Amino acid sequence: MIEPVVLFFLLGIVAGALRSELRLPGAVYEFVIILLLLAIGLKGGVELARQELAVVLPQMLGVVAMGAFLPLMAFPVLRGLGRLSRADAASVAAHYGSVSVGTYAVAVSYFTNRSIPFEEYIPLLLAVLEIPAIVVGIILARGFSLGIRVKSVAREVLLSKGIVLLLGGLFIGWIAGEDGIGSITPLFFDLFKGILALFLLEMGLITAAQLGSLKRHGVFLVLFGIAMPLFSALVGTALGLWFGLSVGGTAMIGTLAASASYIAVPAAMRISVPEANPTLSLAASLGVTFPFNVLVGIPMYHGLAVNAHLLWGAA
Amino acid sequence: MKRHVRKLLTVVTEAAVESILIKEMESLGAQGYTITSARGKGRRGARHAEWMPNSNIRVEIVCDAATSEAIIKHLHEHYYAHYAMIVLCADVEELRPDTA
Repeated sequence: MIEPVVLFFLLGIVAGALRSELRLPGAVYEFVIILLLLAIGLKGGVELARQELAVVLPQMLGVVAMGAFLPLMAFPVLRGLGRLSRADAASVAAHYGSVSVGTYAVAVSYFTNRSIPFEEYIPLLLAVLEIPAIVVGIILARGFSLGIRVKSVAREVLLSKGIVLLLGGLFIGWIAGEDGIGSITPLFFDLFKGILALFLLEMGLITAAQLGSLKRHGVFLVLFGIAMPLFSALVGTALGLWFGLSVGGTAMIGTLAASASYIAVPAAMRISVPEANPTLSLAASLGVTFPFNVLVGIPMYHGLAVNAHLLWGAA
Repeated sequence: MKRHVRKLLTVVTEAAVESILIKEMESLGAQGYTITSARGKGRRGARHAEWMPNSNIRVEIVCDAATSEAIIKHLHEHYYAHYAMIVLCADVEELRPDTA
């Protein structure tokens, strides 16, 4: 059974590929992203209030380590097999160590449709996972002589829309609690799937726009854009298992690991590593990895988590 | 009504650099600026205004000749190699209120 929201994504891709004039107005797209980020943050915050710090803190450190580890794995492959320049390899690697909130949102929809429970404070881990890969990416490109723009980049990342809304939502949800956010439920939660559908429609159009540059950059990027998330999902699944998460939660960490950034990291890399070609990273992350994860990845990572739990879980 | 001969600098570039660029221009002597979202196509391909990593801005600055030279030199040294950017410079007349 294919998700209805995924059909919207396919509609966007087809319309974009046929060069339809369809396009979500800029302000509407911004609004849709703001709603998604806040909804995800709020949900996470409510759940976070029920958690012990002693449980959550080690998991935060665990995903930070994963966010730093994944680009370090990707970088030599991009340099060696992909023959990318140092800056390009570092930038692409950073995209793959970071996360995509859009992919997480699709996973939320996938798991709730199937009534598969997962640890709902995961948005906190999502917010944390955005950052380490950016730092590693900059170091891979620049070495430790970070140069003058560090402050601007730090500002750009920490005060970016994504981080502020996600953390802000978490905070509000945490303070307000389940009962407190009841009054805003209609907008943020009842409409979640409809908003996600609009978001995916535009993402389809954006993905289709990447297909041209994908053709120019060839087979390697396509293979990397599929192989890297598969490898990352294994790492994420192992981490979720080690955290002792449920099957759904383990699959979520796998999905987060597999997803590649296309908003926070491109903006940070553009400023800190200007010589890296932005179309390369975006073609891979948006043209290959995002559609791969949305269409086939998430069910695969779910299967992976189920099997991992059968083999090693709850022993 | 007084008229002053000034320089109009128009910079079309990537939205990603907006905040840094503005700070640098101000430190080089620009006293004001106007920013608008822009769409178009250039050497680095088509750029749409809607979506941040791929969006463009147009920055307009009215300033004296020395400031405009300093800004042009700075942009040429720090941005032209790696960013999608075009800089136009024109002589313009600025109308100011009589009291100024």
